[in-house]
Amino acid sequence: MNSLDASSAVAARAIVAGHGDFAAGLVSAVDQITGRGGQLIPVAVHHLSVEDIECLLRDCMIQTNVRVIFTDLQAGSCTMASRRILRGMEDAVLIAGANLPTLLDFVFAETRSAPEAARHAAERGRAAITVHGAGA
Amino acid sequence: MTLLLYRIDDRLIHGQVVVGWGQPLDVRFIVLVDDSVATSAWEQDLYRMGVPPEMDLYFHTAEEAIPVIPRYRTDPRAGILLTGDIATMRRLVTGAGVDAVNVGGIHSRTGRIQRMRYVFLTPEEERQLRDLASLGATVTAQDVPGARPVSLDDLIGGVQP
Repeated sequence: MNSLDASSAVAARAIVAGHGDFAAGLVSAVDQITGRGGQLIPVAVHHLSVEDIECLLRDCMIQTNVRVIFTDLQAGSCTMASRRILRGMEDAVLIAGANLPTLLDFVFAETRSAPEAARHAAERGRAAITVHGAGA
Repeated sequence: MTLLLYRIDDRLIHGQVVVGWGQPLDVRFIVLVDDSVATSAWEQDLYRMGVPPEMDLYFHTAEEAIPVIPRYRTDPRAGILLTGDIATMRRLVTGAGVDAVNVGGIHSRTGRIQRMRYVFLTPEEERQLRDLASLGATVTAQDVPGARPVSLDDLIGGVQP
């Protein structure tokens, strides 16, 4: 059984959605590092209209009972669609601008509720961006 | 500067527009022409949150947009005009003299046939695009600045870039 098989038995706690293969790439990286990628559902939205993205994400949330969405870009279509979904879903949380440190913090915060873990992870992800070297 | 791009994109404000076009063209304002968005404060707030603070965003119905487009054309800043569908852009072609139309994204939907990776059209929408050309507008498909513009004939003929 490889790590993806093992992680697939874990209950999903969040959706990851974004441009291109952003979601699959990040979830793959989380799984490679932690073996906990099964907490995250990668969603690709190639070719879809905003309305279809909204339907896809809403259906995914309802079917899995997940209330956390991570997206890549504040201006992205997945973020726009998610904000429309959240308008009628008081218990859900959207984290826009997610990065790998964000998701790593999230999958390890299993004792917190998923929305609370997501808020904590967002702060970790924000703080994890560092600049090195002397170049101007 | 002026309005640099008149774009049909059913996603309206999204990454390709704000970042993909916005950064290389140094876009400082976007004119979003959409009858439903122009009458919904909630939708306008949603789109405002998608643009960086240095970029202004203006909302108009098609009817409102026609008389104010000349003012945007004389704006010293670089701008982009967006519509979410072909019919709205047609009103600007006929009413405000838009002479170059960028098809930036018309996505998959029942009844549409894929013409490019980011363009799906019904037969009626193909007719509408040809109509724009017959009115004197140059119609090309191009999702991001680095991509090759695809002519209307190649777009409808299904020639991939």
